[in-house]
Amino acid sequence: MTPAIPNLLSIITFAPLFGALVITVLRFMARKDDEAIIAKNAKWISLWTTLITLALSVVMLAGFNRANPGYQFEEHYSWFGPISYHMGVDGISILFVALTAFLMPLCILASWDSIKERIAEYMIAFLLLETLVIGVFTSLDMFLFYIFFEGGLVPMFLIIGIWGGKDRIYASYKFFLYTLLGSVLMLAAMLYMVNVAGTADIPLLTKFAFAREVQPFLWFAFFASFAVKMPMWPVHTWLPDAHVQAPTAGSVMLAGILLKLGGYGFIRFNLPMFPYASEMFAPLVMALSVIAVVVTSLIAFRQTDIKKLIAYSSVAHMGFVTMGIFAGNKLGVEGAVFQMISHGLISGALFLCVGVVYDRWHTREIAFYGGVTKLMPHYAFVFLLFTMANVGLPGTSGFIGEITSLTGAYKWGTWVAFVATSGVIFSAVYALTLFKRVMFGEVVNDELKKYPDLSVREIIIFTPLIIGTIALGIYPAFVFNITTASVDQVVATYQAIIGG
Amino acid sequence: MDFNLALNLALPEAILAISSLLILVFGAFRGDKGMTSVSALCGAALIGAAFAAAFSHQGSAFSGSFIVDGVALFAKVAIYVAAVFVIVLGQGYFDRLGARRFEFPIIILLAALGMSMMVSAGDLIALYVGLELQSLALYVLAAFRRDDAKSSEAGLKYFVLGALSSGLLLYGASLIYGFAGSMNFHVIAETATTNLNVGLVFGLVFLICGLAFKVSAAPFHMWTPDVYEGAPTPVVAFAAGAPKFAAMVLFARVLQTGFEAQADQWRQVILVLSVLSFLVGGLGGLMQKDIKRLLAYSSIANMGYALLAVAAGLGGIPSLLMFFVLYMVDTLGLFSAQMSLSRKGEPVTRIDSLAGLSKTNMPLTIAITILALSVLGMPPFGGFWAKYFVFGAAISAGLWPFAAAGLVASVISAFYYLRIIKLMWFDASGGEMDKSPREAKWIAYAAAAFSFPVVIAFLIFVYPLAQTAAQGFGS
Repeated sequence: MTPAIPNLLSIITFAPLFGALVITVLRFMARKDDEAIIAKNAKWISLWTTLITLALSVVMLAGFNRANPGYQFEEHYSWFGPISYHMGVDGISILFVALTAFLMPLCILASWDSIKERIAEYMIAFLLLETLVIGVFTSLDMFLFYIFFEGGLVPMFLIIGIWGGKDRIYASYKFFLYTLLGSVLMLAAMLYMVNVAGTADIPLLTKFAFAREVQPFLWFAFFASFAVKMPMWPVHTWLPDAHVQAPTAGSVMLAGILLKLGGYGFIRFNLPMFPYASEMFAPLVMALSVIAVVVTSLIAFRQTDIKKLIAYSSVAHMGFVTMGIFAGNKLGVEGAVFQMISHGLISGALFLCVGVVYDRWHTREIAFYGGVTKLMPHYAFVFLLFTMANVGLPGTSGFIGEITSLTGAYKWGTWVAFVATSGVIFSAVYALTLFKRVMFGEVVNDELKKYPDLSVREIIIFTPLIIGTIALGIYPAFVFNITTASVDQVVATYQAIIGG
Repeated sequence: MDFNLALNLALPEAILAISSLLILVFGAFRGDKGMTSVSALCGAALIGAAFAAAFSHQGSAFSGSFIVDGVALFAKVAIYVAAVFVIVLGQGYFDRLGARRFEFPIIILLAALGMSMMVSAGDLIALYVGLELQSLALYVLAAFRRDDAKSSEAGLKYFVLGALSSGLLLYGASLIYGFAGSMNFHVIAETATTNLNVGLVFGLVFLICGLAFKVSAAPFHMWTPDVYEGAPTPVVAFAAGAPKFAAMVLFARVLQTGFEAQADQWRQVILVLSVLSFLVGGLGGLMQKDIKRLLAYSSIANMGYALLAVAAGLGGIPSLLMFFVLYMVDTLGLFSAQMSLSRKGEPVTRIDSLAGLSKTNMPLTIAITILALSVLGMPPFGGFWAKYFVFGAAISAGLWPFAAAGLVASVISAFYYLRIIKLMWFDASGGEMDKSPREAKWIAYAAAAFSFPVVIAFLIFVYPLAQTAAQGFGS
């Protein structure tokens, strides 16, 4: 089927960049004293840009052929040497594109009033980030992927560093250097692969059989990059710092989208390109994932900062993702994809919840709060819903993601599922404790009475997230219908190679 | 060999040599107030030479001592173009200092002549003549601000250490000549293959040491930070790029043509130089407070990467060419950016002085950010592709542990480029800057625009040229 709009993927990818350019031009053309007008225009332009991107990605979803496991909406132009401009989406990546396009307008809205200075630059950075992140999911050339993957560091570095909290500089350096160290190893592996296979085309590389002896090295190089991004225990330490210091919308992007780049990379590169190594290292990944689930849940329990707690809970939830992927069976991989999408919604929403109170009282200390339920009933409802979704309450998307990836992991090895399930219990412990300490009890702090409940803008932000979380929890086939063909293919190829 | 043909091949050099002498006479009559017209003439001569090189035939002349192949021509065009930009920069720089001296563009011309001799050298004499012409010109340029103690110190340091390295190189060349019985690289290659002698290997090592000094590869890098700090900035913008390109091509030519059969021996030496360079460059830059010293360490690290392409052998030649063009643009841009910053009439030299630049001068901040990210090796900027080429070459030559080490070392140097970005974007402003000089500012913008997005087209059109140029290299 031919797509309704030619070069749809390129348009979706670069639409935010175009918006960013428009703001840049306005910013340079304006006089010095027009600060307020530029800020207002920048907000509206970026909101419209992200909404248009969202609309386009809905068009893409509508035109997507679910029965076709291969790549669709492909664009292919050769660039130089072995590198080409090759775009395309399959059932896995299309969902991430949609997720990014979905979360971005919410991020812009969430920053509407909370960002006070350099608003035009802030919006430019976010739009750039959107282009780069969507590009990661749509590129089908290894180096194009790398450009987007690595380029995303820069706007995020600036977002944390300019608009972040008190220790923002430490956090931004740590974020940048940690991730860079991981990705240079991946670059080395990519250079090796292009040298051996003579192509940088991802679909072709997936079919190329890399020698059994080199697979562990290549696998490990990619693993280093994606594990940091994911992040997996024990290379997760950059994440709490980055999250705590980043502005709310930055945290949403980080937790909602950037962490998914790691999982997406595993599905796109590690599993299909280096199947032998994937099988060989699967026990290692399983062990790390289980440790992540259990240990970071326990660490989360000890946190005194709300954002840090949620950050650690993200690490734990990403443990389910890696577990599912390297289980290498259909349930596992599908569960992992689902868990990523669902976590994108839930953790994004949780960080937005923190943003709500942080905008009001400028602190994230758990001890500061207490009895919020009485003062902000609507907020309490939203927070409760997403806390429950984070714990994995049936009826929310969190449950489906966890149960499916756990079932996949169970098929791979009983002990993994056994230990990881205990992590689910721990997650209930820390999440409920957090809720209790912030929401219930007496209002001890008179400061809390100063501000009203959720504003209309905030309700608008939360509504789509609530609908998404519940809808996916009740009818997960929204996601599974799209992923199934592509995941089937990935898993079938993988099983055929390691089985035979 | 037909003498006419020989002259034809040496046309770019002939243009440069003759016009430099004529312009010198012109300048002597006009005096320092004629610097602008002298600069214009020198620029015209360079552009003429660049065209001559771009459309030149290939071949070898003067009984094999002058080689004109694709690589030499590619390098020549790049060097001439870089020299034109440096003349523009220098014109404005000395104008503002009130120290117009008409010799400046002429010495740049002579340096460019030396470099084009270097990239075309086919025997040891041509090698030495080119190298010395280039070095002597740069010694003078480094000390060009006679009234400035730092500049004089830079010139002296450069000269003394440079003379030492030339001595080493000459000693090596004489050993090679003594044991091979010929100056010509091809004849040396024959002797080296049939009758490899300890003396020949010794000579080769000395020669490598001398050349390593010229490209400022560790452990022969000591002069670099001091010279960069003291010498006038346009001179540094030149010295950081073009001469190193020429010396690196020469490096590749000596090793590939003269000692191809001994690749296993010299490769070890080059790899040691390379690893040391990117480690020294990465670690040494961490503690620097002066912008130009920082860029000196950055260039040491980058020479380490370029040496990987040399070590990769023939397959690394196109990568080397691409690397240097991309790298020269970045360096030129960064030094121009430094030149366009001053506060209350004092040039900004300390890195800390960049603090809060994004609040006062947004266009320049963006340009510096792009250039810093580019040398850091962040895609999609030019510097990333420079790294892509050299590390790709190293990996195809089977040197993957070294490539991986280089990539990891690049993370260390990322720290100090990030510091520049951090200061400009995150920190409070240190006060308004003066109005930027036009030419420096625009060269910085142009370099940033080249880094991205022009590089997209550049890669499409120039990469095939580099590949064609490298064919037949060393044969």
